[in-house]
Amino acid sequence: MNLGYIILIPLIPLAIFLLLGIFNQKIKPSVSGYLCVFGLLFSTMLSFYAAYQYFFESARVNGVYQTFVEKTVWMNFTDTLHIDMGILIDPISVMMLVVVSLVSLMVHVYSRGYMKGDDGYTRFFAFLSLFSFSMYGLVLATNLFQIYIFWELVGVSSYLLIGYYYTRESAVAAAKKAFVVTRFADLGFLIGILIVGYYTGSFDFETLNNPGGSAILNWASTSFMGLSALTWALILIFVGGAGKSAMFPLHIWLPDAMEGPTPVSALIHAATMVVAGIYLVARLFPMYYFVEDGFALRIVAFVGAFSALFAAIIAITQTDIKRVLAFSTMSQLGYMMLALGVSGYQGHEGLGYMASMFHLFTHAIFKALLFLCAGSVIHAVHSNYLKDMGGLRKYMPITNITFLIAALAIAGIPPFAGFWSKDEILAASFEHNKLIYFVGIFVAGLTAFYMFRIYFGIFWGKETKYAETPHESPFSMTFPLVVLALLSLGGGFIPFSEYVTADKAGFEAHIDYPLAAIAVAVGLMGIALAWVFYKKETVLADRFANLFGVFYKWTSDKFYFDEIYLFVARNILFKRVAEPIARFDKKYVDGTMAGIGFKTVWTSQKIKGLQSGKIQDYAFAFISGVVIIALVFIYLWNN
Amino acid sequence: MIPGISIYEILTITTMLFFIGVYGFITRKNLISILISVELILNASVINFVAFNKYLYPDMLHGVLFSIFIIAVTAAETALAVSIIINLYRQISSVEVKDVETMKH
Repeated sequence: MNLGYIILIPLIPLAIFLLLGIFNQKIKPSVSGYLCVFGLLFSTMLSFYAAYQYFFESARVNGVYQTFVEKTVWMNFTDTLHIDMGILIDPISVMMLVVVSLVSLMVHVYSRGYMKGDDGYTRFFAFLSLFSFSMYGLVLATNLFQIYIFWELVGVSSYLLIGYYYTRESAVAAAKKAFVVTRFADLGFLIGILIVGYYTGSFDFETLNNPGGSAILNWASTSFMGLSALTWALILIFVGGAGKSAMFPLHIWLPDAMEGPTPVSALIHAATMVVAGIYLVARLFPMYYFVEDGFALRIVAFVGAFSALFAAIIAITQTDIKRVLAFSTMSQLGYMMLALGVSGYQGHEGLGYMASMFHLFTHAIFKALLFLCAGSVIHAVHSNYLKDMGGLRKYMPITNITFLIAALAIAGIPPFAGFWSKDEILAASFEHNKLIYFVGIFVAGLTAFYMFRIYFGIFWGKETKYAETPHESPFSMTFPLVVLALLSLGGGFIPFSEYVTADKAGFEAHIDYPLAAIAVAVGLMGIALAWVFYKKETVLADRFANLFGVFYKWTSDKFYFDEIYLFVARNILFKRVAEPIARFDKKYVDGTMAGIGFKTVWTSQKIKGLQSGKIQDYAFAFISGVVIIALVFIYLWNN
Repeated sequence: MIPGISIYEILTITTMLFFIGVYGFITRKNLISILISVELILNASVINFVAFNKYLYPDMLHGVLFSIFIIAVTAAETALAVSIIINLYRQISSVEVKDVETMKH
């Protein structure tokens, strides 16, 4: 099977990025927009063709999907340890290709309308292309180092796009925060990679993930502080993944990242880049599962479950609609993590893995849709805050309907896409860990509640007087909304379990009716509660908030995590650690160097008289030297 | 070969001549005197060449030939040096070393 053309999928956005980046000022905005959209359209078509070819043509041998790798050696350390560059084709990478292409294309189309008239139009599209390239590269990576390189590249493009409005101070601060926090997490990732390389002698996913291979079988060979070294490595790699996927406690950058333009939030901070952490764990899933009987995987499950709950609670109290969506994203990412954490490997045991990937797929679609709808609303009313919105359903019918579809999807109401994937996740966690299941079902209710809170707040609620009458967005913005809404409607009917599973063999997944009924009932309850509170303007919600008093305040201040981090950074790291070190550096390290310099100048000033420039002095020195040497030799000769 | 005079006497004379030249070269303040001192050094070596030739290898002419070479080169060198000094004098009306030193700046 020839899959060589897949290399074109990342290379097209790269070429466009270089083109737009180099000729930034010379390209007309309209041209750059079209160039990007058509370039990405081509990539998307290739991705879909690749998916078709992979899943429906010849990739299946005896019911198991084969893995295809094409690579060249890039850096050679030893015969076995080398860094390759290449592409790896297996079910999850093909699935991710489709997700990234689809959302990216929709966001590109949407951005042409949303960013119209902006000064940095071409720059924006150049960065988007850079991001698409890096994300494709990350998805297709064949080994840990390659994934790390592209991991950093998506981090950079995320940084550039969050700080896109660089004249705004908050945007710059948010960009820096996102970069620093994820970099901090990536330190763990890097150390993990090095440990894996040291103990297994390989970076290759194929070698590492082979359940019968030496990497997995010999996990117990070295232990460190009660755990095997490989478990530590996996935990550290998960730290990197948690940083990218905004898992507690490294989540603080994601809400601030909403400073970027809304299409960017939809593409990077909802659908694609933030799922890189989940993708990473899924990529190394056999290792996580088999090493030390899945100790690292249990950590993944609990961190995921806690993040899901934590973020969902905060989301209820936020008033900036983009921030609500950001916390919702974090919560749903926690869902995916916990699904991976409770998954097994063989056949139906691998339900969690499949559910996680399924949820990644559906979530990418409906969360991107939610963000794009939010962008459309913000475009119309020029504000991010719920208090400036209300009654918009009359002015923006398409946005209203599509937002409703997406909200129903995320709330897990059948037959929308989110129902199917969320149901699988709950079923998987029910089988493995009841505690996580209850967290999951509670979060499902919260999700439905906060999502309909903002839905009613935006489109129903109080009649707000607008300075200028809001109007529906242009076709270039509503078209992606409609496409994504249709996918949110139908995406759940894809029989995912036949295509994307942990052991790549495929199985028959069934709806567990009692569990599904509970989940739907909880979702409906959340919606009903939101209906009561926010459908019409009432004081009920405020009164209810007062009931919780301090707790409400804590929640709306995000449990003061930003402040804690600031305190730790400013008062402990800066004052107690960085400042003494800086003083030491200035006084002793710098001082020594400066002292050497001063001494040199001083000495040279003292001896510069020797170089008089008088030929007779030199002659005198020369001749005296000759005479002295002659005397010495004569003396030695005589003895 | 001069009867009654051995090579040692001649070498003593040339050594004295050489060091007088060196002394003059180092201490004189006048460019012309320095030039004359250099001539003394060269002449000391010329005499050495001739003396060695006559006393050690009387049937050969290498030393004598060399001394003629040296005289020719010295003549050329002197002509050059004197022309430089004359030019200098035209520029700064002085042939003192301390006035010429300003050229190093």
